Amino acid sequence: MQLDYTAEDEAFRAEVRDFLAARLPADVSARVKSGQMPSKEQILNWQRTLNEKNWAVHTWPPEWGGSGFTPIQKHIFEEECVAAGAPELPPFGLNMLGPVLLKFGSPEQKAHYLPRILDGTDWWCQGYSEPGAGSDLASLKTKAVRDGDHYIVNGQKTWTTLGQYAEWIFCLVRTGAGKPQESISFLLVDLNTPGIEMRPIITIEGGHEVNEVFFDNVKVPVENLVGEENKGWTYAKYLLTHERTGIAGVAASKQLLKKLKELATETDMGDGTRLKDDPAFAERIAKVEIDLMAMELTNLRVVSKAQAGGAPGVESSMIKIKGTQIRQELTDLLRRAVGPYALAYTPEVYEEGSNEAPIGPEHAALFAGKYFNYRKISIYGGSNEIQRNIITKMVLGL
Amino acid sequence: MDFNLSEDHSLLKDMVARFVREKYGFETRDKIIKSDTGYSPEIWAELCELGLVAAVLPESAGGLGGTGLDIMVVMEELGRGIVVEPYIATAVLGAGLLAEEAVGGRGPGMLDDVVAGGKLLALAHGEPGKRYNVGNIDTRFDGGSLTGAKSVVLNGAEADTLIVSANGPDGLTLVLVDKGADGLSVRGFKTHDGGRAAEISFDGVKVSADDVLMSGADAEAALGRALARGTFAVCAESLGVMEAARDATLEYLRTRTQFGVPIGKFQALQHRLVDVCLEIEQARSIVLLAATNLEKDAAERDRTVSAAKSLIGRTGRLTAEEAVQMHGGIGVTWEFSVAHMAKRLIMIDHHFGDTDYHLKRFQTLSAA
Repeated sequence: MQLDYTAEDEAFRAEVRDFLAARLPADVSARVKSGQMPSKEQILNWQRTLNEKNWAVHTWPPEWGGSGFTPIQKHIFEEECVAAGAPELPPFGLNMLGPVLLKFGSPEQKAHYLPRILDGTDWWCQGYSEPGAGSDLASLKTKAVRDGDHYIVNGQKTWTTLGQYAEWIFCLVRTGAGKPQESISFLLVDLNTPGIEMRPIITIEGGHEVNEVFFDNVKVPVENLVGEENKGWTYAKYLLTHERTGIAGVAASKQLLKKLKELATETDMGDGTRLKDDPAFAERIAKVEIDLMAMELTNLRVVSKAQAGGAPGVESSMIKIKGTQIRQELTDLLRRAVGPYALAYTPEVYEEGSNEAPIGPEHAALFAGKYFNYRKISIYGGSNEIQRNIITKMVLGL
Repeated sequence: MDFNLSEDHSLLKDMVARFVREKYGFETRDKIIKSDTGYSPEIWAELCELGLVAAVLPESAGGLGGTGLDIMVVMEELGRGIVVEPYIATAVLGAGLLAEEAVGGRGPGMLDDVVAGGKLLALAHGEPGKRYNVGNIDTRFDGGSLTGAKSVVLNGAEADTLIVSANGPDGLTLVLVDKGADGLSVRGFKTHDGGRAAEISFDGVKVSADDVLMSGADAEAALGRALARGTFAVCAESLGVMEAARDATLEYLRTRTQFGVPIGKFQALQHRLVDVCLEIEQARSIVLLAATNLEKDAAERDRTVSAAKSLIGRTGRLTAEEAVQMHGGIGVTWEFSVAHMAKRLIMIDHHFGDTDYHLKRFQTLSAA
């Protein structure tokens, strides 16, 4: 048993830290650290910077431009990136579609799409969920009918994250009449094709992160089919195991905890005492910190298992549940910490280039928005209820 | 004991419920919260016409009741529609203060206009850096001049007249300041729950003897009553919002189909909604208790109000989070009313002191 990082791990951490200090633009870092979304350009510039060092993607083999990081290195890298305020790279092409193409795509598809994902030419988005197919994804209804050299696609996708930035969408479509899981195919669709309409969905806190996408007789060339027709469910599930990696959010939680402690130390209760002196609040901070300490090690246990060649399976469901609970608790404490100023809903103040002063202390008004926005994390990527169903089946055998 | 509403209260409840149902749909509300002023003058006029401002004022001041149950019945139904009109600021807090017996100056003369819907009020009391601890204020009233700052003033930018708390030669003093007064600066902003608030500062604002409502022990007692009524009002409102969120969630569990069955067939969800229902019943009980104790002496009144506000904070959070989670994706969209109910439930915790603040206040008042 040895729970410390090795000297090599620490040397690697120092290398990552130096790189971030030298190359991450200060304005981008400030934006990310304050909890705001960087622009598409800022995100892609950062992806290109990382790609110069082959550090943009870790789920691809080095011959395709992957970092070749061990799982522990990947963990260290992510932790340092979050701590430094680096933008999160769009996962849709890099960590979702990429691994699917590498495993199931044709040589032509790999040669065409992978380099364009890596250099930021194509921003991908995900066409999985539908209004009637959320937790029960296999019941999806968007149809693709073969017509000569094309499929004709009709239907609707929803919860398409950052679709407004995307050039392409990968879709699960119904191509047969057999059992639900045996009549789904995996299609790559150019969003510039006639018949596609993307509409924004405004989320609870007022932000625009997700969209709905409508397909009206959209012609998709047959060469855009990944793998075999009606085998899409296998590829879809393969993709989802990658979607769940990194969902622990340990690095993000550490940053939230750091901010929470700063706030608790700074915040005057109006009677000369500080928030950190409030035993009830201090107890909540301590509890979530302990949960996070345990979570970090749980995550490392899973990561190490992957390092040794075991594939993380059902563990990712456990980590998703615990990880989202911790992050939601942290955002709840953050919005409480700012007291009455949590009420302020002033997105205009935080727009880039705004000269308006914030209401209350700097960034205080952002925390309630973050709390509301983070309600999504126990819903998306397979709701926590679905994760419990998976654990029930896979671990308990019930 | 009799837990039934009187006939008058039943009529009042039905009237407000009907108004909300017929006139305050989701789209109407969405337009209102996105508008410049954040409230609809037409809706406000109708609420006043229905006598809702008068409903929370005592008969001694020309009102129709003004008891805890009056406030409860109105607020619960306004809560069901997540109504954002400046009712708490103008009716419960503002008009409530003007209806106080000890009130002087031009205060009493304004009341008819307020009741008729001709004037909006706001209570400017909380201050920057004081959080929920509103007992010690720094705003000064001296030599006819007002100086200081007030923070997160509910509907402060929409009010025609502010009622401002300040420390003066006669102790705590409540004074009137009209919109546009020299030395007054107001920065209004939106709040997450669809409402409005303002940061306000007073730089030597002139205050005449006629502007002084009351001071000293009278002012302390009146402000205590006003804050208790305001705190109680959001508790009763929260109850209405919770019940609306529960109803919407139950409807969703009945109608949303996944895996070939309504999701309400899943026991994991059934039991969670049952827990929400249990907690809401507890919330209703504590709100009822606070309603009847609202007229009691200050110590008993405040202890019960703090108990209610603390419990409501917990139940509001549970209800908000469970309603959103059980709705799944659509629960976190702006286009769906449950998201706005959740926001109001959570934000109520940031008005008049949160669940932790009132838990501590309850302990202090219980020990006294």
